Amino acid sequence: MRALTLKDLDYSVLQQCMHCGMCLPSCPTYESTKRERHSPRGRIALMRAVADGDLDVGAELAEEMNYCLGCLACTTACPAGVDYTTMFETARAETEASPLTGTVKRRFLRWLLLNQVFLYPGRLQLIGHLLRIYQNSGLDLIVRKLKLPYLLGRSIGDLEPAAPQMNREFSDECIDLWEHPPEGVKVRGKVGMLTGCVQSLAFADVNRDTVDVLLHNGWSVFTPRTQACCGSLHAHNGAPLLARQTGENLMSQFEREFPGLDAVITNAGGCGSHLKHFSSVIDADMATQWDEKVKDIHEFLVETGYRIPEGSEAEIHALTYHESCHLCHGQGIKSQPREILDSLPAWQREELPHSDTCCGSAGIYNVLQPEESARILDRKIESIEKTSATCVVTSNPGCHLQIQGGLQKHGLDISVTQPVSLLAEAYRIQSGNSPVDKS
Amino acid sequence: MAINASAFGKIVGKDQVLTENADLIPYGFDGTAGIKQLPGAVIFPADTAEVAASVKEAVRQDIPIVTRGSGTGLSGGSVPIAGCLVICLVRLDRILEIDPANLTIRVQPGVITKDIDEAALQHGLFYPPDPGSMKISTIGGNVAENSGGLRGLKYGVTRDYVMGLEVVQADGEVTRLGNACVKDVAGYSLKDLFIGSEGTLGIITEVLLKLVPRPKARKTLMATFSSMEAAAEAVSRIIAAQIIPCTLEFIDQVTLQCVEDYCQIGLPVEAAAVLLIETDGHPSAVADEAVAMEKICRDHGADDVKVAATEEDAAKLASARRQAFSALARVRPTTILEDVTVPRSELAKMVSFVNETAEKYQLQVGTFGHMGDGNLHPTFLTDEKNAEEMERVHHALSDIVDKTIELGGTVTGEHGVGLAKKEYLSRQFDTTGFAMLKLVKKSLDPDNRLNPGKIFDPA
Ligand SMILES: Cc1cc2nc3c(=O)[nH]c(=O)nc-3n(C[C@H](O)[C@H](O)[C@H](O)COP(=O)(O)OP(=O)(O)OC[C@H]3O[C@@H](n4cnc5c(N)ncnc54)[C@H](O)[C@@H]3O)c2cc1C
Ligand code: SF4
Ligand code: SF4
Repeated sequence: MRALTLKDLDYSVLQQCMHCGMCLPSCPTYESTKRERHSPRGRIALMRAVADGDLDVGAELAEEMNYCLGCLACTTACPAGVDYTTMFETARAETEASPLTGTVKRRFLRWLLLNQVFLYPGRLQLIGHLLRIYQNSGLDLIVRKLKLPYLLGRSIGDLEPAAPQMNREFSDECIDLWEHPPEGVKVRGKVGMLTGCVQSLAFADVNRDTVDVLLHNGWSVFTPRTQACCGSLHAHNGAPLLARQTGENLMSQFEREFPGLDAVITNAGGCGSHLKHFSSVIDADMATQWDEKVKDIHEFLVETGYRIPEGSEAEIHALTYHESCHLCHGQGIKSQPREILDSLPAWQREELPHSDTCCGSAGIYNVLQPEESARILDRKIESIEKTSATCVVTSNPGCHLQIQGGLQKHGLDISVTQPVSLLAEAYRIQSGNSPVDKS
Repeated sequence: MAINASAFGKIVGKDQVLTENADLIPYGFDGTAGIKQLPGAVIFPADTAEVAASVKEAVRQDIPIVTRGSGTGLSGGSVPIAGCLVICLVRLDRILEIDPANLTIRVQPGVITKDIDEAALQHGLFYPPDPGSMKISTIGGNVAENSGGLRGLKYGVTRDYVMGLEVVQADGEVTRLGNACVKDVAGYSLKDLFIGSEGTLGIITEVLLKLVPRPKARKTLMATFSSMEAAAEAVSRIIAAQIIPCTLEFIDQVTLQCVEDYCQIGLPVEAAAVLLIETDGHPSAVADEAVAMEKICRDHGADDVKVAATEEDAAKLASARRQAFSALARVRPTTILEDVTVPRSELAKMVSFVNETAEKYQLQVGTFGHMGDGNLHPTFLTDEKNAEEMERVHHALSDIVDKTIELGGTVTGEHGVGLAKKEYLSRQFDTTGFAMLKLVKKSLDPDNRLNPGKIFDPA
């Protein structure tokens, strides 16, 4: 199967943009440069020029599509209903397929991440294990001090600081295949749990918290072992065929229990936005049913109702909420995480200025475009500093790591966590258990 | 007409000059449907001196100049002339001074409209002109188009706030016009010539604006009607009752549906027409006016009148209205928007005529607009790839323009003539007036350097 190109794309998708410019202020790369080609309507104009035969698919287009974060802020801002996601994924796929595009370094990194690391869950876990040993040994500090990454060559070296701190336990080690609500909690149904690839290794504790919250609310939880990547990284990075393959692998892991599940839960914004659209990449009945069953955890809790934690308001701290792009722009989920945060007894939420602007993590963008990513991150940290929050809450592993890194770089004593973790903690405090040690 | 780009690079810096195809294509259009053209180069000067030097260099190389702000114009004003030099002013984006004693603000032309009002707010002041595009349009573009907004009825348009300008002329010389005085009759009011001149007479490099005290209270009403004519009638009655609300906006059913599809705030999509009304000022006056307008609407056929409960709800309604034009693009590939304006007493007639015309030519139309100003935006929803249908659109537009002029109106209330309304301009002027327009251009830009071919063809 050949990937779709801009020329085959239904022209009305490209024509839908009436170049009004209403999306410009929401675009982080336009904000950085104030150049039209780095804006949504500029990029659409370039894609349209390709479809019209006025521009070749060459290095220029590739560079531009790689510079785009894929944050989808423009789709939320666009009143005309422009389907930027389809255009973006098509253009990335077409430029990646073209022999004329990309540097050797970029091609290598992309190949390493998409074709090697994220395609094979086993390999990702293996890398995770190695990283864990490496980080726990303190070797990472020595390696950085000696500037070894530079000796390794810039490309692999660049990856090193972006590698997340691994959890002590991975998801499969801290979550059982089947778990059921504790005694005294009425069982409401069965759900599947998506552990995510990065989340599963670096944020297994968040997965654990998600399962705890589900159990507390009467849901039995099924968590297949060593789950495959969902393919969102592949789809966003111009590898539609790999995206299909990983998606199929993932669905097959749920197949046995699938018919009986009331929902399949995801807690990472970036994955959710892709997971809900399997039917657009996979041609199977199950994919359509799958799309209907996939629910973001916040969406699911608010939709089905969750137990509001009770507690004394002895000490209240300020938190602020950064929205994962693919949660707010990709899935339109804005109020639910806020609702959950506002129901926590020990926290007061302060609105983050530009909360729905990308933090620069954007999948593997921070690895492939480190400079622009850093600029965007600096602006995010500036916004966070404008609040009085001592804690930033977000719901995507990429954002979590990115913001944590930014806060560290700026020497700020502000912690980062995720909404379900705070909810799980509130339940734990209420039921008398002290909060779990997460160091 | 090849551009020697390196000469401009020496003025503005090499990295502030664009000449590659992929860089230029995104500067080939503004917000207007169906018009595009590639420039020869785009430059981004950082200050007045660089603008002036660039103009002089363009004179030396004998190339036309098109000035650009954010490119949201709706008449093709910043669409390039083939091979021209585009001077884009987005880097001149500093607010230079707020003077709370004289109630003025001095800004560079690339400042975004909304940022001006936000800066004023810090001092309890108000910059009222709020075009639908205010989150991205530049003040330079607003002055050059004399833009209106949703608050035009009570507060007027951009011109009413411009007190002074710094302008780079067609030969590259810089001049300052106007001042911070409330009264000034020294010589002709030259600054007024540049307001609404669409980049054809000079390049605006600084703007001194008037600010007003921020109103203490505000109330927003939404009235639904079962016919567009009834809504238009209610507007006339409100004005006849000597009430001047700050906003009196009108949205028809087609537009309403599109806007609701986008923002999903529960707009009454079954209504044939909706009026969005806002009154502001002293709290007791606001309360009185709101009651009076609600009664007038109900007496003149409103099916329902709702008052926005919170500031947030009110803001949502205003924002929904600002999205109207872009939201209409959901229906068909091409949206062709009109900007006709008639005396307010003729509104109901104009509204009916638009609908009859759409029916006559079997076209889909969505109408919204600043009802209180008599400024309507009938928007044809069509497809530029369908030549036969475009032909019908053309006839419909022409009929609407003729009717507008017959009713004593104007072909453009706020978007400017540019390229889009050029063919209609002469219908509105008598021969002497039309010749005078050209005379002004000739005396200020004898070589036709600035935005040539916009508004009218060179003499
Ligand atoms: C969704 C939408 C809603 C809109 N709503 C309104 C509305 O409610 N009311 C309204 O009046 N308009 C409206 N507009 C039209 C448009 O936004 C205005 O005309 C605006 O003033 C253009 O500003 P800009 O910075 O984008 O200018 P541009 O489009 O870049 O330029 C407009 C014209 O001004 C000239 N120009 C720009 N800067 C300068 C300068 N510094 N010196 C000299 N000439 C200059 C250009 O050559 C061109 O002729 C709307 C547009 C959109 C897309
Ligand atoms: S993407 Fe949407 S908002 Fe942006 S220019 Fe196109 S139509 Fe306007
Ligand atoms: S996806 Fe994000 S970075 Fe890319 S054009 Fe849209 S707003 Fe800009």
